[in-house]
Amino acid sequence: MFVLDTLTHRLKRGCETMAYPQGPAPALPDRHGGTLRVEAAKCPAGCDQCLEVCPTEAIIQPRGKGISLDLGRCLFCAECVNACPHGAITQTGDHRMAVRRREDLVLGAPGHEEVRLAAALDEKLRRLFGRSLRLRQVSAGGDGSVEADLNVLGTIGWDLGRFGIQFVASPRHADGLVITGPVSRNMELALRKTWEAVPEPKIVIAVGTCAISGGPFAGSPEVRNGAASIVPVDLFIPGWPPHPLTILDGLLRVLGRLGNDQAPR
Amino acid sequence: MSRAPSFAPLANASRLAWSDIPESPVADLVRATALELDRGGRLCAWFGVAECDATRLVAIVAFDADNTLAAARSLPFTGSYPALTVTHPQAHLFEREVWEQHGVTPEGHPWLKPVRRSDGTAPANGDFFRVEGREVHEVAVGPVHAGVIEPGHFRFQCAGEEVLHLEIALGYQHRGVEAGLIGGPHRATMSRIEAVAGDTTIGHATAYAMTLEALADTEAPLRAQWVRAIALELERLANHCGDLGALAGDVAFLPTAAACGKIRGDFLNLTALLCGNRFGRGLVRPGGCRHDLDPERAATFAARLNTALADVEQAAAWLWDAASVRARFENTGAVFARQATELGLVGPAARACGLVRDVRYDHPAGWHRVAQVPVAVWPEGDVFARARVRWLEIQRSGQFILEQLAAPPEGDLRTGLPAAAGECLTVALVEGWRGEVCHVALTDAAGQFRRYKLVDPSFHNWSGLALALRGQAISDFPLCNKSFNLSYCGFDL
Repeated sequence: MFVLDTLTHRLKRGCETMAYPQGPAPALPDRHGGTLRVEAAKCPAGCDQCLEVCPTEAIIQPRGKGISLDLGRCLFCAECVNACPHGAITQTGDHRMAVRRREDLVLGAPGHEEVRLAAALDEKLRRLFGRSLRLRQVSAGGDGSVEADLNVLGTIGWDLGRFGIQFVASPRHADGLVITGPVSRNMELALRKTWEAVPEPKIVIAVGTCAISGGPFAGSPEVRNGAASIVPVDLFIPGWPPHPLTILDGLLRVLGRLGNDQAPR
Repeated sequence: MSRAPSFAPLANASRLAWSDIPESPVADLVRATALELDRGGRLCAWFGVAECDATRLVAIVAFDADNTLAAARSLPFTGSYPALTVTHPQAHLFEREVWEQHGVTPEGHPWLKPVRRSDGTAPANGDFFRVEGREVHEVAVGPVHAGVIEPGHFRFQCAGEEVLHLEIALGYQHRGVEAGLIGGPHRATMSRIEAVAGDTTIGHATAYAMTLEALADTEAPLRAQWVRAIALELERLANHCGDLGALAGDVAFLPTAAACGKIRGDFLNLTALLCGNRFGRGLVRPGGCRHDLDPERAATFAARLNTALADVEQAAAWLWDAASVRARFENTGAVFARQATELGLVGPAARACGLVRDVRYDHPAGWHRVAQVPVAVWPEGDVFARARVRWLEIQRSGQFILEQLAAPPEGDLRTGLPAAAGECLTVALVEGWRGEVCHVALTDAAGQFRRYKLVDPSFHNWSGLALALRGQAISDFPLCNKSFNLSYCGFDL
């Protein structure tokens, strides 16, 4: 008798949706490490150990200057963290890393050791989208992992619907796009058409390192190195793939729905 | 008449000198391959290797019952050759791919058109197969679908509700993976492999690591093989559990859909407990693994795994109990065993047609030589069978991991790799959750990749989905599609 079974089960389990953002954010897995903090000031002259281990060349060292790490190219493998003997690159354990401007992901210089988190949309857009945001998702060369974790936000544990955020089937019904993947050449036309089909005003959110910079596929002649090469992007959410908590933080942040936001500890 | 054997045998995760692989004129290679397939072989890979201005074809055939693989190659040629597809449909996409990549024409190929080639900003799809008739209408879906899912194009020929023919056109996700591997390994290669199909990170990463280890004539330490085997089954658990939930969702059976969505996350979080990343990125590396499962972590891991397994047991029990679910699953999207054999289906899609076909059992490498998982088979070939095989595999993978956790091998987690051998060919097979992940590498004199052929299980199985739709109501497409749940990016590379 599955009807009785499921009912008892539901009663026993109670509400399985997390308390966040009213309550504390769930902890990231201990080996995840969260976002990075980069202090180029700690780098001694001539040290370039982190540069060599980075799979996507996300770390650069302009001549005579300290290193800078582009979180928009970072795969969060932590090879640089392990390689650095001076503690210049460290993991913070913080899940928050969504930004409004691409350059806010470049870390290292004094005053720019950490990501400059996204500001909310302006008043007009916030009034339009703040309590009801319909998004059309386009995977443009995405590998399926970011897509999977976007779907996770719709499950009972996260319940994206409680914020009025919903993925819709048609761009005509959408307020914006969520783009994943490095934008394969073969998806360029479809992405452009989908973007054009979304009525104004609209926002574009690039989720995942691939969608921000091309990730490991940057430089392949078959990809366009990220969504911003095709359409204007309003929110960048890094990660390979980003943890669902990072994505949710980005969405709520841009809608101005994270009141007294504190670093998790 | 006695002549040299046309195929050289090799085992999974081993290497052969390029010069030791028998070569023959291309027509002879096609004939010899056809003979091997007729006597029970299965085409793992069929690809071209550029040689000056000419092309050599390479065939990799698996003899599952004999636990061996075999390789053969043609002499360099240009122009055309007699198509293998004419007699053996499992070569159909391979020959289209060879034509697209090397410009050699398989003469007599019944449906020669691009696989993933770009015509600028979209794939060069070419013309679609059309059924003529006044009552026939055409339905075109995609590339962008009504969900959070990858892009692909489906073209249905329908008479009323009934699907007469479905043609699947992919290529939208093409990122140039194979071309980018030539001259490698490069700095980003390991990461690209991890993203060939994001939900099969462990499967592809393990096949790649095995390839490099075979080229270096070494193996990862046992401890690393143990970790890889656990991670591989965890990947299977997460995806199978998600699929059961999605199948339930597609027949509007919400209790299981809701529960499995969450439990899938629990399995992903177990992978994150192991390596920090929910999809297993950064875990498998050539020569070993980057993260260990120390006793304390293993205890937490086992406790959480037991909870998740109990939860999925409950959620699945509701599913199998419901007559409304059975009514929708049974006799929907059936593929017969003979069709599955002819198409060369792999993984749960093949096992749901009654075929005993599982790399872990047929071609064990790594930890699977030490510990086996029983093969899960169901005879009917329909959506019910594909769901049922997944359920059996959830139970067996869960049991397998618990058994392995109880008996960890001691030792190092990672070893340095000697230089890769030059002018060698390796074949590495891994039973990913969708089926056989096949990596074939050929090195140049310096030990760099001269050619790297990747075959995701989806490459074999998309044709199975097209066939499953024949005679079905078009409204059953989502359910059939979910029951295969194939990768777009794994196919498009």
